[in-house]
Amino acid sequence: MFKKILIANRGEIALRVIRTCREMGIKTVAVYSTADKESLHVRFADEAVCIGPPPSKDSYLNIPSIISAAEITNADAIHPGYGFLSENAKFSKICSEHGIKFIGASPAMIEGMGDKASAKETMKKAGVPIVPGSDGLLKDLADAKKNAKKIGYPVIMKATAGGGGRGMRIVWKDGELEHAWDTARQEAGAAFGNDGMYMEKYIEEPRHIEIQIVGDQFGKACHLSERDCSIQRRHQKLVEETPSPFMIQKLRDAMGKAAIKAALSVKYEGVGTVEFLVDKHRNFYFMEMNTRIQVEHPITEEVINYDLIREQIKVAAGIPISGKNYMPVLHAMECRINAEDPFNNFRPSPGKIINFHSPGGHGIRVDTHVYAGYTIPPNYDSMIAKLITVAQSREEVIAKMHRALSEFVIEGVKTTIPFHLKLMQDENFIKGNYTTKFLEDFDLTE
Amino acid sequence: MKLNEIQDLIKFVAKSGVCEVELETKEVKIIIKTAAAKKGGRQENESPFMVQATTPFVAPVQQMQQAAPVADQKSADAKKTAEDNSKLLTIKSPMIGTFYRSPSPDKPVFVNVGDEIQPGKPICIIEAMKLFNEIESDIKGKIVKVLVDDSTPVEYDQPLFLVEPN
Repeated sequence: MFKKILIANRGEIALRVIRTCREMGIKTVAVYSTADKESLHVRFADEAVCIGPPPSKDSYLNIPSIISAAEITNADAIHPGYGFLSENAKFSKICSEHGIKFIGASPAMIEGMGDKASAKETMKKAGVPIVPGSDGLLKDLADAKKNAKKIGYPVIMKATAGGGGRGMRIVWKDGELEHAWDTARQEAGAAFGNDGMYMEKYIEEPRHIEIQIVGDQFGKACHLSERDCSIQRRHQKLVEETPSPFMIQKLRDAMGKAAIKAALSVKYEGVGTVEFLVDKHRNFYFMEMNTRIQVEHPITEEVINYDLIREQIKVAAGIPISGKNYMPVLHAMECRINAEDPFNNFRPSPGKIINFHSPGGHGIRVDTHVYAGYTIPPNYDSMIAKLITVAQSREEVIAKMHRALSEFVIEGVKTTIPFHLKLMQDENFIKGNYTTKFLEDFDLTE
Repeated sequence: MKLNEIQDLIKFVAKSGVCEVELETKEVKIIIKTAAAKKGGRQENESPFMVQATTPFVAPVQQMQQAAPVADQKSADAKKTAEDNSKLLTIKSPMIGTFYRSPSPDKPVFVNVGDEIQPGKPICIIEAMKLFNEIESDIKGKIVKVLVDDSTPVEYDQPLFLVEPN
């Protein structure tokens, strides 16, 4: 087992990893930029080293600084959290070259899954259902037209190097194709430096349902059931829940099987998530695979009663998994609390938190790195807390979430708590009738 | 001085990162030396940001009833050092890594106390990931103090040299 783990991250996930390491008797090293000097993860770690100025590229994304920090503190493993360098193949490679265990995927796995077009190819070969689409990148406009006819409108063109919803265009009929082709490539070239495009059938009103998987170093993989993450705004998740209100056991078995196939096809080691789109007929299609721990991992932890960070560390240390699959025995939901103004287009609201009082009681979990008196730096993402509720039924989970949200006091900055309160009282949300289109029609007036 | 007051003082001094404290009152003289004094550098389990604590030994002295004469002298000394220090500039580390005073083990150090430096003059090396980065001064002045030992890890923004500007 590792003696000392360096956490190459910040905020709530850094704290999350530090907590599990503490429980396992593993020493922790926190790294921080000067903007994060007062952050909780710095205070809770056994050691902390300052690695750079506020900008991420000079600190949390600065590979030499992080490796250097690991060397001078004698850390034998690095946990990258999520975001930042967690899916950076180069960083994974450099860690192993320096004899430091990267608690995440190998460079080959990251590269294989990071390139969206090649990931689909790999899945297709493994027999995992994929969204019908082009065979790799589109050569030119004529190729695009040919593919669109073959697939059948509506289609969506996506940037192969893309993410965050950029470089994507939905095309409803033939006449719109040329304009979409031009603008999508221009956007992709500007945002990612790569204007390669591929095409897929556009699944209307899909649900985003992902499967948590774990793979060990000995060729075994298992699944820990699903999370429904359809409540999204501009492809950013706001609320997640498990089990999915749309799930039936037959579908879970099929999706779980497909997710395990996906993991085994790349000999996946670690925790990972296979994301699927599910249409109204309960057909599911592979969308992408995330080779890291996810923000919403707590809801899975609560319904199967397992510490996923602990499993992640154990797998990285070479401990085999049982291979058993896990089904949810409870219901859980997570609301991401962001320092944003939900009634002004979710404009970020950094600043000093004057008052902070988190909710408590039965079935409430709060994962946060902030506290009263803490100043939210403007340099990083706006998520300041995750509020998770767990109960025996979905109805109870929503009631608990509403109750907990109304107890949650965060003063000094604007937060998305009012938005979540509204959502918990929405008729369709309560019924479980929602797809990824849900928030587009949601009333965001105060 | 009560026994628990002495125990508290020892704990306080140990946590502060100060190497040595000498306290003399009418009834007792106490000298406290921490392990940091022997190692002269970074402790395994001490969080680096604690190193930046201000001179704490003035505080416990103020608590002692009969410490008046010693307290006055200590505060006067502390004040004088503070005044001198405020004229000096600190060169801080621009990156995290290992600090070296010379270009290689067999060569002489880049700078010594008393040396004149000017912008562009190499003053030390900071190594990260086997890359040896030559750090140049961006100020003009005289080295008053070298704050870090050779071959010691340093973090971003850590003070390296005290310089008297001219």
